[in-house]
Amino acid sequence: MGLLTDLRTSVSRVIDRVFSDSEPKRIGIYGPPNAGKTTLANRIARDWTGDAVGPESHIPHETRRAHRKENIEIERNEKVVSIDIVDTPGVTTKVDYKDFLDHDLEKDDAVRRSREATEGVAEAMHWLREDVDGVIYVLDSSRDPFTQVNTMLIGIIESQDLPVLIFANKTDLEQANVQRIGNAFPQHETVPLSALEGTNMDEVYDRIAEYFG
Amino acid sequence: MTSEEFAGGVQIDMISSARMDDLASMEKVRLILDGVRDGNIVILEEGLSPSEESKLIEVTMTEISPDEFNGIEIETYPHTKRNDPGLFGRLIGKQSDKKLTVIGPANQIETLHKDENLISALISRQ
Repeated sequence: MGLLTDLRTSVSRVIDRVFSDSEPKRIGIYGPPNAGKTTLANRIARDWTGDAVGPESHIPHETRRAHRKENIEIERNEKVVSIDIVDTPGVTTKVDYKDFLDHDLEKDDAVRRSREATEGVAEAMHWLREDVDGVIYVLDSSRDPFTQVNTMLIGIIESQDLPVLIFANKTDLEQANVQRIGNAFPQHETVPLSALEGTNMDEVYDRIAEYFG
Repeated sequence: MTSEEFAGGVQIDMISSARMDDLASMEKVRLILDGVRDGNIVILEEGLSPSEESKLIEVTMTEISPDEFNGIEIETYPHTKRNDPGLFGRLIGKQSDKKLTVIGPANQIETLHKDENLISALISRQ
């Protein structure tokens, strides 16, 4: 029985791949710094490929280059959705190296980190304009979503008519308020999750398959 | 009298939509950043388009320099469904991004409150 099921699944996957009308869609993971984008990217990559995408940290701007993980095949309802995920640096309009000094970095390291962070943000904006087919917008649900960066980025994404899902991350935190995010961006579906604890990932994958499949 | 002569003052440049309409995207970005880098607060009667905002972020990042320029603070009202003209509206040129916009040096503006209808910000001297 198990062998038959496995065989059926394998055949189904091959058929899906052969008859797929396009290359895997590139899905950019965007959001402000420290929203948990890399934690989410790693969760998705580990669940479906066994590998991670990049290092996670509580220090802002840990991700300073866009990282692409290719050919992630997500199985939903006996169908396979193939995507590349692009974990991008957190977008901001300001970077002050002094903020990193609070995280026990020496001045030289803080300046270097801030310089790399600015390059990373510029790179993320370039990817958004040119190279992604859809967007997962990640927000920390314990923080106020009414920020200018969120407003601008959602506007930029909408202006390009890219499909977008909003993920209200960090629901494991006591101050989490998913409704506030839903109220801030009522034009988009908001999915609550904790990428750190792996909470509600079934719905996350259902929505990814639905929006980007 | 300039802002330097008016000791301790903050210069505010209010730019009309008519003036911005005649400029190319990069000229708008340059006009804004030149003002902000001089320590001025720039108020646009009508905001930038999403692609211009994207360019503004990108160019701002390339100009950040330790101990000189930390970037910008920018405030507009959030985009809402009510204002979304949809794809057809955008195709026929109906824009939804005409919103008053305030831009200043990151170390001089602090947002106190923001929601769909109200932006409250504190502007300090350099």
